[in-house]
Amino acid sequence: MTTTVEPLTPRTRRGAELLLLLLAIAIVLLAWVTTDLNRNGTVPGNIIPVAGGFTALVLSVHLVLRWKAAYADPVLLPITTVLNGLGLVMIHRLDLARGQLGSEGDAYRQIIWTTLAVVLAVAVLFVLRDHRLLRRYTYVTMVVGFVLLLLPLVPGIGRTINGSQIWISVGPLNFQPGELAKIALAIFFAGYLVQTRDVLSLAGKKVLGFTFPRGRDLGPILVAWVLALLVLVFQKDLGSALLFFGLFVAMLYVATERVSWIAIGLLLFGAAVAFALSAFTHFQKRVDLWLDPFSQDNLERSNQLANGLWGMASGGLTGTGLGAGRPYLTSFAESDFIFPSLGEELGLFGSVAIIVLYLIFCERGIRTALGVRDGFGKLLAIGISFSVAFQLFIVIGGVTRVIPLTGLTTPFMSLGGSSLLANWVIMALLLRISDQARRPMPEMPVGVAAAEPAPAEVTQVVRLT
Amino acid sequence: MNTPIRRLSVLIAALFTALLVAATVVQFTQSKSLGAMASNKRTLLDNYSRERGAIIVGGQAVAKSVPVEDQYRLLRTYPQDELYAQLTGFYSYAVGAPYGLEHASDDLLSGDADTLFVRRMTDLITGRKTSGATIELTIDPKAQAAADKALGDNKGAVVALDPSTGAILAMVSHPSYDPNPLSSHDLDKAAKAWRTLSNDKDKAYLNRTINGVYPPGSTFKVVTAAAALENGVATDENSTVPGPPTLDLPLTPTDLPNEDGRACGPGNKTTLIHALEISCNTAFGSLGLELGGEKIRAQAAKFGFGDSLQIPMRVSTSSVPADLNAPQAAQSAIGQYDVRATPLQMAMVAAGIANQGRVMTPYLIQSVRSANLDIIESTPDPVELSQAVSPETASTLTKMMVSVVDNGSGARAQIDGVEVAGKTGTAQHDPDKPPHAWFISFAPATDPKIAVAVVVEDGGVSGSEVGGGRVAAPIAREVMEAVLDR
Repeated sequence: MTTTVEPLTPRTRRGAELLLLLLAIAIVLLAWVTTDLNRNGTVPGNIIPVAGGFTALVLSVHLVLRWKAAYADPVLLPITTVLNGLGLVMIHRLDLARGQLGSEGDAYRQIIWTTLAVVLAVAVLFVLRDHRLLRRYTYVTMVVGFVLLLLPLVPGIGRTINGSQIWISVGPLNFQPGELAKIALAIFFAGYLVQTRDVLSLAGKKVLGFTFPRGRDLGPILVAWVLALLVLVFQKDLGSALLFFGLFVAMLYVATERVSWIAIGLLLFGAAVAFALSAFTHFQKRVDLWLDPFSQDNLERSNQLANGLWGMASGGLTGTGLGAGRPYLTSFAESDFIFPSLGEELGLFGSVAIIVLYLIFCERGIRTALGVRDGFGKLLAIGISFSVAFQLFIVIGGVTRVIPLTGLTTPFMSLGGSSLLANWVIMALLLRISDQARRPMPEMPVGVAAAEPAPAEVTQVVRLT
Repeated sequence: MNTPIRRLSVLIAALFTALLVAATVVQFTQSKSLGAMASNKRTLLDNYSRERGAIIVGGQAVAKSVPVEDQYRLLRTYPQDELYAQLTGFYSYAVGAPYGLEHASDDLLSGDADTLFVRRMTDLITGRKTSGATIELTIDPKAQAAADKALGDNKGAVVALDPSTGAILAMVSHPSYDPNPLSSHDLDKAAKAWRTLSNDKDKAYLNRTINGVYPPGSTFKVVTAAAALENGVATDENSTVPGPPTLDLPLTPTDLPNEDGRACGPGNKTTLIHALEISCNTAFGSLGLELGGEKIRAQAAKFGFGDSLQIPMRVSTSSVPADLNAPQAAQSAIGQYDVRATPLQMAMVAAGIANQGRVMTPYLIQSVRSANLDIIESTPDPVELSQAVSPETASTLTKMMVSVVDNGSGARAQIDGVEVAGKTGTAQHDPDKPPHAWFISFAPATDPKIAVAVVVEDGGVSGSEVGGGRVAAPIAREVMEAVLDR
């Protein structure tokens, strides 16, 4: 087969990013002004400094991209801006409803966290010039990931909020280390699997058309399972356990292309959930609330799920308008239930728009995974894209009654510093990998390039079957 | 690795699809049903912050929403306290609006009714705040006040109709309650008031005029007389009917006696008109035997028994049992056995006779107006429910009922200068309690302007027809005088 190799110089698309970014900023500012007009009848007094600061903040990321990652995906930053901004507007709106103004408000803290998150993302873009450098730290990230994941169990700093022990307190700060553990573990899984994928994908016996792994190759998945089980039992957090284990199984499948890993994973997780359901009333109650959130008994026990659903229902198609609904009736309206809060005021149209923004975000991540040339980058990109998608499914599926409610944050939107930092880092990583994926190959003599196919592909494993 | 990435992306697409479907189900498909849930605080708050229409009687609001300085913005008040409680019901943040017009006409008062659709749309376009419709009632405030005063501390009900239209002129049920504490924004106070009301052993929350079902007792003899005249068993008021001291009932050892144990006329015979005047049990019992259960039942049905009416509150169905055997038919003919009637139903019987046999469908709402007093709907021309009896029969029955008031048991309903038609009743309901006292009437007999039914619970005297005439008839007279300006 002959292929003609055209000299391809892909466009950087930074201009498109700037346009989308301006649109994103306009949407956020419009949402903010609408909120204040609906609540107070006035345009917010601090609009010039705050709007200017917000614009400067995200535009600075854009400039850093022009400089340090010119070929990065142009859609990720604008989407993140809209989601983060709408989250801020909703948190500010709930502040107004509670009469917490200025530096007392949650929005004030969230703006500071947003700034820190942007700074961290920019730092990642500066420091990490090539994502493959991360592979060197495979086992460091493993340790970091495990420690972060299990940190809330350490007596003295671990805190139980809303029945789940997934928080740590250091001084005045509350932190959900699981959010950052997610990134560390994704890096570890990618580094580990790219090393071991040959063994994990090739060795094994064929039973009923499936190639099952050898007993000794089951080690890694069992370790991941035990870890998830620990989270489930001691932190009582089905959401995190599901997220980590799902992330591992998904990446294992991508690395090995073997469906049997998914089957094994589902079986193991099913067993864990069955155990948790039979052993802990905490989970039974969650399932009970999920099946019938409106019964009198369940409403007395916990009305937040019902309240969130009523909120979304009262929004209907077009919503009540920002500032004109009653999202403050729902507990955790600014964190776990920020999606119903926005759904109430922006209506089904707004809910769908938000979900579709996340969908596009994940689609850009998948596209990056498909485009990048090295296996580590592919695994990392699909891993963190999947983690965002899966986390979103767990939290929004929880509040819309697709699955039982578990406590996870809505990426970029929920109140909380750890979640913001983690997700901006995820975005920075995807930007970095996408820059690698879309950057043209280093200049080579034309004759050489035509004779040899892409060098990275040659090093890939050649399948025997 | 691109193949599994593509497959995984299909899974991701499926997860997102599930979220989109779930959001659509919650916010579109189930939006209405979730919103209608009783424990949904948002819906309650929505309803509270929207201006609810007033309920108007004679130009004065008996229920209205007034602005207040709290989170609910509008407080529902009932300026007449107990007087209209059973009509209006109440609108409570704690328990909703379970009774009265607040319940039955909620969609109009809140502005959600389909008939208000065009208005809601123009509100949406013009940015005007949607408010509920104002309801104007047919009640005559003088009749209502007179009925309330006359019924006094008795348990019972008074209902008055305009015989020619079916418009309800008075509707009083005692005991009553004050709806104001129930609609209080002090939720503890409201909940306490609700506990008191819902546990009230006298059922003050019950609108006895439409939801109290009583044995009608001797007032039902009017229906039996109508059946006898319509079916040719009697030809006019002077037809001879049997009137022994006791009537031997077939198939059973029990007899049907007259209250005083005496015959109703010489030779154990009497005339139909005299039988009604003295409320002769044996005369109407034997008419019941002669007619049979089905004919009595059919005649009652023509007066509205068995119908489910909405005025717009739902009216309990009055009934005469089917498949009566001979002794049961005789008992039913004097309004006992399992015959049950609401006071409104018995008022309809009186009104039907007053209106030359035509029973008009009763109604309470005169007109519905928008917030700026445009009429949205006025009650259509009066609707005939049925032609219960021929005009001739009606005029015979009128003569007989006038005679009851002029010469018989209903003497206390007499009004100077006005010919009043009426019928007393005493209904046994519990061997250990005094019977219910009844009176149905209309006036003036020649050109009826008002028909009234009164029931006083446990107000009669056992073994005597005195109760209805002594206790209930004066109440009816007060109400009729109020309407006739006497």
